[in-house]
Amino acid sequence: MEGEKMNEELEKKVFRGRIKVPYKHTAGAYVEKFITEIGKNNKIMGVKCPKCNKVFVPPKMICFKCFEKMEEWVEVSKQGTVKGFTVISHSTPVLPLKPPFAYGIITLDGADTDFVHIINESDPKNLRVGMRVEAVFKEKPRKRILDIEYFKPI
Amino acid sequence: MDKEVAIVGCTQTKYEAEKIDLTISELVFEVVKKLHNDLGITNDDVGCVISGSNDFNDGRTIANMAIQDAVGSVRKSESRVSGDGAFAYVYGAMRVLSGEYDTVLVVSHSKCSEGDQNLINNSIFDPYYQRHLGLDQISSAGLMANMYMSKYGISEEQAAKVVVKNRKNATNNPYAHLQKEVSIEDVLNSPMLAYPLKELDFPPYSDGAVAMLLTNAENAKKFTDTPVWLKGYASCTDAYYLGHRTMTDLIGLEFAGKEAYKMAKIEDPVKDLDVAEVFEAFSTHELMIYEALGFCDKGEGGIFIDSGETQINGSIPVNPSGGVLSSNVAMANGLIRVAEIVSQLMGKAEDRQISDAKTGLAYGMNGICSQGNCVLIFGGE
Repeated sequence: MEGEKMNEELEKKVFRGRIKVPYKHTAGAYVEKFITEIGKNNKIMGVKCPKCNKVFVPPKMICFKCFEKMEEWVEVSKQGTVKGFTVISHSTPVLPLKPPFAYGIITLDGADTDFVHIINESDPKNLRVGMRVEAVFKEKPRKRILDIEYFKPI
Repeated sequence: MDKEVAIVGCTQTKYEAEKIDLTISELVFEVVKKLHNDLGITNDDVGCVISGSNDFNDGRTIANMAIQDAVGSVRKSESRVSGDGAFAYVYGAMRVLSGEYDTVLVVSHSKCSEGDQNLINNSIFDPYYQRHLGLDQISSAGLMANMYMSKYGISEEQAAKVVVKNRKNATNNPYAHLQKEVSIEDVLNSPMLAYPLKELDFPPYSDGAVAMLLTNAENAKKFTDTPVWLKGYASCTDAYYLGHRTMTDLIGLEFAGKEAYKMAKIEDPVKDLDVAEVFEAFSTHELMIYEALGFCDKGEGGIFIDSGETQINGSIPVNPSGGVLSSNVAMANGLIRVAEIVSQLMGKAEDRQISDAKTGLAYGMNGICSQGNCVLIFGGE
């Protein structure tokens, strides 16, 4: 009863609102190819800088160190090494898995930059820097980064 | 630079979790009206208005329109920075330096309580590679903290010491939101949010506003005997995608710090600075800030907090106000850091005063994990 009364008081004082705007963000050639290759062929692609030869995964147009346009596509491995991780236990409406689960900073074999993704492990004791992980692809791709469903320890 | 742009007065609201009875406009009016009264001016004496806020946080685009009456900017020179309030200060200082305006009002506000902060923070991330992963300020902080702590062997106790220090300092700050001391055990025993960071390693969400008046050398003494002068400024953004960051070091802040020190002729920051107010978004973040600003060597943030040098009586007190871990007014945090340094250099910081403070540093930040960095160095009379 006390709670209800407080709620009533709150509702008198606030205007409730919600911003709900659908967007159609242009994917651009780089995002489009990257996401398509993951979904259709289960391949992870990067781009190589013509100047410093670094392979960027996920791909982007410009190497921020050399200010060069990157156009050479390179396939990298589905496996990689964990460079950093966290296990989250807080909940929000936009989490793709039920917490707890891990996020990892992963260096895929053949890539020179790190890749941020989910690791399906809920106990930090089972995770360590340097451990090996492999991408698990979604059976029914939805054209998004989660077409790699998560990385699993190997 | 020396004695070209002055801050002659600052006002802050009390920061609180949920100012349910006050609209954003009322919050802002409170600090602006108080500033007018403190300085004995009217709105007609204000030449130009710059504010700092965030549309997503306020739940409306062109969020500055919600406060135009409260800052007195209708049919007046006005602009706004969408981002941390420290950048609004910089814009205001440039309007003074243009020579066109004798006085500039700089204001920043936030009512974190009005929106879902986790959802708002998720929208910081790009819609292609990061947003759908559900990343937010908590998970990205967990990644950064774990990588930093693993690389340099920082302990959870050392991280907790930052919280203990800042929460203790906040008890001396009447504006601070959380004014209850916590112990190392309290921090270590609080619920895990993003391993290895726990609930008390993170700040609260706070509502509030801050305002200040800027002027030039010619007019400063008309307002106060103790103007505070801008001596150095630099900003730098780090890479956007988390995988392109060096998550163990704040490279962007390091760069901004060096450039600002050069401009302010700071050679040895611990010796040359008397006080620093920094935007620490989580406990270990403050340790990383010590390193990036050259208060200690790389990897020694933990040893540095152990040494007590950043306590209120140390050689370089950091966040005597209690910092963001005590009052987290998203988007206003940077301008609050500036206001706190101004109080220190004016000798008006009361119970949190660092004795004989002559030179101070304020650090404001945008985005997650120190993506956008703004370092400001101020000097007193």
